[in-house]
Amino acid sequence: MVNGIGSRKLPALSLLAALLLAIVPMPEWIAAFRPDWVAVVLLYWCVVAPDKLGMLTALGMGLALDVLTGSLLGQHALALLVIVYLCQRFPPRIRVIPLAQLTAMIVALLALYELVLFWVDGTAGRTVPLIDRWAPVLSSALVWVLALAILDRWRRVAHARM
Amino acid sequence: MSAPGQTGGGSERNEVASGVLFASLAFACIALMVLDHRENHLERVRQVLSVAVHPIRVAVDLPFTAWDAAGRSLTSQRELLEENERLRREQLNANFQLQRLAALEAENARLRELLDSPAALDHRVLVAEILAVDLDPYRQRFNVNRGIANGVFVGQALLDANGVVGQVVEVGPFTAEAVAITDADHALPVRVNRNGFRTVAVGTGDSTRLRLPYVTNTADIEVGDLLVSSGLGGVFPLGYPVAHVLEVRQLPGQSFADVIAEPVSALDRDREVLLVWDANRATSAAVDAPFVSELQ
Repeated sequence: MVNGIGSRKLPALSLLAALLLAIVPMPEWIAAFRPDWVAVVLLYWCVVAPDKLGMLTALGMGLALDVLTGSLLGQHALALLVIVYLCQRFPPRIRVIPLAQLTAMIVALLALYELVLFWVDGTAGRTVPLIDRWAPVLSSALVWVLALAILDRWRRVAHARM
Repeated sequence: MSAPGQTGGGSERNEVASGVLFASLAFACIALMVLDHRENHLERVRQVLSVAVHPIRVAVDLPFTAWDAAGRSLTSQRELLEENERLRREQLNANFQLQRLAALEAENARLRELLDSPAALDHRVLVAEILAVDLDPYRQRFNVNRGIANGVFVGQALLDANGVVGQVVEVGPFTAEAVAITDADHALPVRVNRNGFRTVAVGTGDSTRLRLPYVTNTADIEVGDLLVSSGLGGVFPLGYPVAHVLEVRQLPGQSFADVIAEPVSALDRDREVLLVWDANRATSAAVDAPFVSELQ
């Protein structure tokens, strides 16, 4: 059933692409809206193939992101860890729950991700604009909807095969 | 996170295991952050990780570098001639100013000798390229393609053709991370070039604005004044241009005026910056070296 997605190559490649996208230069006026690529891709794989990657992957990706973006070592790692854990703990049964509900859940997790980052910044005493902080949730949600379109198609294919 | 009771024994054990794993990993993350923030114990760890992710930085930077290179190799002869002509004119102009500068520098050195106050205006510089890589969007930081291998150190000043750009905050083996003077958490000691009035220029998070929050209402500062680095604090070398005063607003009833300045360096357009080695620091490093080897 999961021929294409079953291999480990695709998740690894998409995570690498997410890391690249996370630091690709963007025009300054739109930079605040950079989606949380790594978070979206991790959540996507948690929903589609929960057994393929877990918390250790999240930790590794988070540390890579921390070093690449020059944030506190462990900041992104903790945020990714939290959302991946929650996503694994309460697995959205994608064949059961409606897509709208799934989207709402993912957006809530993305907001939680930003909240953890925000909280760490605040605790460490770093100056961060309050409003801009939430822009990535919006853009990430858009990216998620795109990912969902692909997911939906895959789901229909899976249904057809069952 | 209470376990839903209706699942079987095996999956319950699984859930406990994943909970324990999560708790220990989260604790490790928090411990990492505390160590990184409080003590800077993790310099080594950061350097190792920095090497590990280096290919990603290079991969992102490569298309931009390649595009530049392609542009260079495809410029027409006419454009090259035009540029050549323009550069020749600029060089002539610069040379003319250098002549005056040489005389002034000699005079300054003589006067300083008379006053018995040695001043090192002599600096060694190295050109570094800014990597086309975006860091945290809320902070004005960037990576440059020089690291420990080139002798870069934390706290090193960065300049461009027009003035002060920022300082190095972290060094990896091949790259270094720098913070721009307009970062919201950055401040640098400056001096008004016209009258020597000293104050501090604080970043705003906007790459075209600096703020001078500690200027009293009665201080002699005017729109258009050039601010230069004062050399206090020991990070930035003395006497390099920093910003022009853009706006001075005296607030009645407040003891401090609201002063805004615009950086002279092209912070958001630079591709290349200069790393500066202070002559003083170079000598102190040379003095330190034998001492260290004796200890070992």
